[in-house]
Amino acid sequence: MATVQIDNTTFQLLHFTLQWADNALINGHRLSEWCGHGPVLEQDIALSNIALDHIGQARSLYQYAASICNNFDSEIRQQLFASTALNQKISKGELIDEDDLAYLRDAWDFRNTLLVEQPNSDWAFTVARSFYFDTFNFFWLSSLQSSSDSVIAAIAEKSLKEVNYHLRWSSEWIIRLGDGTMESHQRIQDALNDRWSFTGELFQPTEADIAMLSMGVGVDLSRIKQQWLDRIHAVLNEATLIMPTSVWMQEGGKQTRHSEHLGYLLAEMQFMQRAYPNMQW
Amino acid sequence: MINEQDIFQALASVSDPEVPVLSILDLGIVRQVSVHENEVVITITPTYSGCPAMDVIAMNIRMVLLSKGLRSIRIENQLSPAWTTDWMSDDGKKKLKDYGIAPPIRKANQDLGLFEEDAVPCPKCGSKNTEMTSAFGATACKSLYRCKDCLEPFEHFKCH
Repeated sequence: MATVQIDNTTFQLLHFTLQWADNALINGHRLSEWCGHGPVLEQDIALSNIALDHIGQARSLYQYAASICNNFDSEIRQQLFASTALNQKISKGELIDEDDLAYLRDAWDFRNTLLVEQPNSDWAFTVARSFYFDTFNFFWLSSLQSSSDSVIAAIAEKSLKEVNYHLRWSSEWIIRLGDGTMESHQRIQDALNDRWSFTGELFQPTEADIAMLSMGVGVDLSRIKQQWLDRIHAVLNEATLIMPTSVWMQEGGKQTRHSEHLGYLLAEMQFMQRAYPNMQW
Repeated sequence: MINEQDIFQALASVSDPEVPVLSILDLGIVRQVSVHENEVVITITPTYSGCPAMDVIAMNIRMVLLSKGLRSIRIENQLSPAWTTDWMSDDGKKKLKDYGIAPPIRKANQDLGLFEEDAVPCPKCGSKNTEMTSAFGATACKSLYRCKDCLEPFEHFKCH
């Protein structure tokens, strides 16, 4: 039987780029849900700004991912995804773009970590999730600035300048809440403890992570795990909070196995494109 | 035949839609202009990844050059080196201040520590007795301040 050989390196590069892009988009979308609901105007604006940075970063990454997809032979392109709406477009021979990757994939084609798809819940839970993710993102991007892939290095360099603001924002809120009132201290500690089980996956290498690291494109996750732990510890210490104790860590998102929350998020985010294909506004 | 200098002159009339007092040259987002026989290539760099003004700016560049009789225009996006307010012209900083927005006051490569903020002079009364009310403002490039002497709130174009 004749089969088409998929260039495995390019395939892993696509998955690597999508992991990163999906983290940016889903985290950005979650934060954008605060728009109009923030506790005070300044924080409402802060979260909308941060959400926009993430979505902008996702756009650059999806553009790169789309160009990788479009470079595959048409036969292979039809096997890259398991999402009907996207495959319909591909099977017509059309090239795909960043919007197609954001709006036409189903949950089982998303590669973001479980952490970023968790609901906002209350302010403490949002701050805890952002703090864990921003700290990860900071070291992830710092490392990728020296990637041997020039597009990835450029997106990392650009994004890192923005993530500096995000990390300051979430770290300052951890300290403000932890070193605040008894009530705020308890609630942020509870949120940090609860979200902790989603942090292990950030450093769990996938096949794509391993392949890209070996080529000088990716990140040594075990190295940034230590940097991440050190930074988390230092900020929690200043905030008079304690490090959550080790628990069994949740995983699956990076392998496209998600919690039920992602489906609801996508249903809302993708509704217009699914109901009115190709609509613009 | 139109040359690069003519193009730069034309680009000076394209403003930032969110801070209309600044031209895209003042902002430092035009990285390169090259004129080929059949095509003009303008290379621009985004200020912030999610800045919605960038698409409008690219469209306005095209409109201005079309009005100069050019027909083949390519606009390229360049991410690296990443845009910095260090590239903003002195003229641009002065225009910002006259417009009521405090311009960036330092080189962008020094990071601030937690809870640290820039001591930004009030663009209205000049007092340095000011405080930041939010690191994030109406656009990604600005933060919010308040003058403790003249009591006016004002925006600060962040050192980025």
